[in-house]
Amino acid sequence: MGITLRLASWIVIYIYNTFRPMNQIPDIIRTIPLNYYLYFSTALFIIGVIGVLTRRNAIIIFMCVELMLNAVNLLLTAIASYRADTNGQVFVFFIMAVAAAEVCVGLAIIVMTYRNTRSTDVQLLNNLKW
Amino acid sequence: MPRINQEMALLCLLIPLLPFLGFLLNGLGNRKISKGLVGFIGCSTVLVSFLISIYLFLDFKANGSQPYTLDYYNWISAGSLRIGFSFLIDQLTLLMLLMVTGIGFLIHLYSAGYMSHDEGFGKFFSFLNLFMFSMLLLVMGSNYVMMFVGWEGVGLCSYLLIGFWNKNTNYNNAAKKAFIMNRIGDLGFLLGIFLIFITFGSVSYPQVFAEASKMTGLDTPVMIAITMFLFIGAMGKSAQIPLFTWLPDAMAGPTPVSALIHAATMVTAGVYMVIRSNVLFILAPTTLEVIAIIGAATALLAATIGLVQNDIKKVLAYSTVSQLGYMFLALGVMAFSSSMFHVLMHAFFKALLFLGAGSVIHAMSNEQDMRRMGGLRKALPVTFITFLIGTLAISGIPPFAGFFSKDELLAHVFEHNKILWGVGVLASFMTAFYMFRALFLTFFGKFRGTEEQKHHLHESPAVMTIPLIVLAILSTIGGFLGIPEVFGAEHVLGNYLEPLYTYARGINPAAFETGAISHEMEFILMAVSVGVAILAIIIAYFLYIKKEEVPAEENAQLAPAHNLLYHKYYIDELYNALIVRPVMWLSGVLHRFVDEVIVDGIVNGAGKIVILSGRTLRYAQSGAIGFYLLVMVCSIALILFLNFFIG
Repeated sequence: MGITLRLASWIVIYIYNTFRPMNQIPDIIRTIPLNYYLYFSTALFIIGVIGVLTRRNAIIIFMCVELMLNAVNLLLTAIASYRADTNGQVFVFFIMAVAAAEVCVGLAIIVMTYRNTRSTDVQLLNNLKW
Repeated sequence: MPRINQEMALLCLLIPLLPFLGFLLNGLGNRKISKGLVGFIGCSTVLVSFLISIYLFLDFKANGSQPYTLDYYNWISAGSLRIGFSFLIDQLTLLMLLMVTGIGFLIHLYSAGYMSHDEGFGKFFSFLNLFMFSMLLLVMGSNYVMMFVGWEGVGLCSYLLIGFWNKNTNYNNAAKKAFIMNRIGDLGFLLGIFLIFITFGSVSYPQVFAEASKMTGLDTPVMIAITMFLFIGAMGKSAQIPLFTWLPDAMAGPTPVSALIHAATMVTAGVYMVIRSNVLFILAPTTLEVIAIIGAATALLAATIGLVQNDIKKVLAYSTVSQLGYMFLALGVMAFSSSMFHVLMHAFFKALLFLGAGSVIHAMSNEQDMRRMGGLRKALPVTFITFLIGTLAISGIPPFAGFFSKDELLAHVFEHNKILWGVGVLASFMTAFYMFRALFLTFFGKFRGTEEQKHHLHESPAVMTIPLIVLAILSTIGGFLGIPEVFGAEHVLGNYLEPLYTYARGINPAAFETGAISHEMEFILMAVSVGVAILAIIIAYFLYIKKEEVPAEENAQLAPAHNLLYHKYYIDELYNALIVRPVMWLSGVLHRFVDEVIVDGIVNGAGKIVILSGRTLRYAQSGAIGFYLLVMVCSIALILFLNFFIG
């Protein structure tokens, strides 16, 4: 249900963006200095890393991964607009598509582990060793 | 010249290509096409090659005997080296072509009958055709590299055909022996080619000979080296001392193979090579001296061994070695045409003798031991008469082929060196003796085989006797190609081959002077060689017909000299002790130490290191996801860090 909603919203945003005047966006982004974007996305990324390293709940680890991805996305968009290079923005779309695919698989795995272990604790998944 | 055009080039190309086609068809269609078709393909391809050769020969004669080169394509080019795939058509090539394809065809025809009961019929014909292809390449090529390719090709086919019945280990060993001994000679030939290229900057005959003819001074070290290397090659291929022991063993192959490869054609490749390079050899009299001595020694040594052999094919094999010795003796005294004459005549009568022996073996159900034969002349009349003609020819009884060639050859030797002539006459005496011994033991006296063999005795089919009859006719009249001057006739072959020696004559005119010995002397020489032959025949007659002597059985006590000859002077044992054993010992050491300890040590060591490190490092795989993630993050951080501060 959530995925359907997300996809639908993306389509709406896509259609909206298609008919919006594109040339205005870099100007809006440039109202904030680039350094702030850097600090912000670095902070987001580090939060993500720390979350991944410290939390045991698989869903939260998953969310932290998404956080890291989005930190990178933000950085890409900001730098792309500051350098007036659309490649970075295009790349963001790829990352989003991959993230969506990854979410599909990842959540399916989490559901399966929950069915088997009655838990989402990743520490319990230590049978695959030696 | 209009006649050297595209059609001509294609026609020449067809000569070797047709047998190659036969090889492909018979080889690929092995066991799928019927024996009749195999025989037809095998024989017809060679027959067409023969017909083309005749046409080329007639065309060549009709157009003023001008040698020409046919270039097909640039085969190898590297640096200043240019080797073309091209054929040289001249007197010598045409003569060899006629001989190889003509006798080759007869022997192919004979094989169709001889091998008809063999399950490897298709394989046999494909090998035989491959041999024809290589041999034709050898004689047609216009440079030393092409000759070398053909040279190796015939060596390979010789190996394949000696070991044709490859289920017998002894035969395989004989094949390996022939192959390895030939390799020794080939190395010499190859080094000779390298030296030729270094010295003359080319390997193509016309250029090399033109360059060589400009050289001044005889016996320069480089010429001696080149000719000695080439002669080592010839030694291997043409079974001269010390590389002759493979040829008698090569009789393990089917008899038509012995006739074609180990008597008529391949083993004369060495003689062909020396005649082809006569300019180079003329420049090195020392080498020629060595060749003459080795030739005479080979002729004598092989003849003495031949005296006591009991296997009919072994007798013929030693006789071949001995006759090859004669040819080299003639080459050594610069009687190139006489040597070629003897090559040709020898091809006729030796092929005839081998095929006759094959016919006997066929009739005797694969019995080769002459002690089990006897009295076969009634059962095998055609074989007997043709074999008799062959024997007379090889013994040098006029007017058969061998008389003319051997007499001419010995006259040249006499002119050059009296001692070598004496050796030659002695060998000739022995030749007549052992050949008549073989004839008497096989065809006269009482039959000594089993009842079953006696019952089975039969004359060979027409497909086998026709080649015998044709070769017998050639052995009878072939000699008239080279009637000595004394009889007032023209020496057809000598005159025909004369243009080959233009350069050589310029270098050393004295070598080609004729008439150095008087006519009276020539008659005396003839009388001597015929006299010793007749003497030998009479002795053989008394021993083997009057006294009906049969050679002793295998384990009988022999007189010391007889024993020495019977065991071939223990040369095989000597080679075994001096060369084979040390090499085996060395390879044993290399195997045990270098291979098993060092090479295997490195290879196994690498494997052991991987196993050991894997055994240790696997504990890092703890199964704890948090740990993996930590390692991953730390590693990425480290990579970025290094990238910033080092990279």
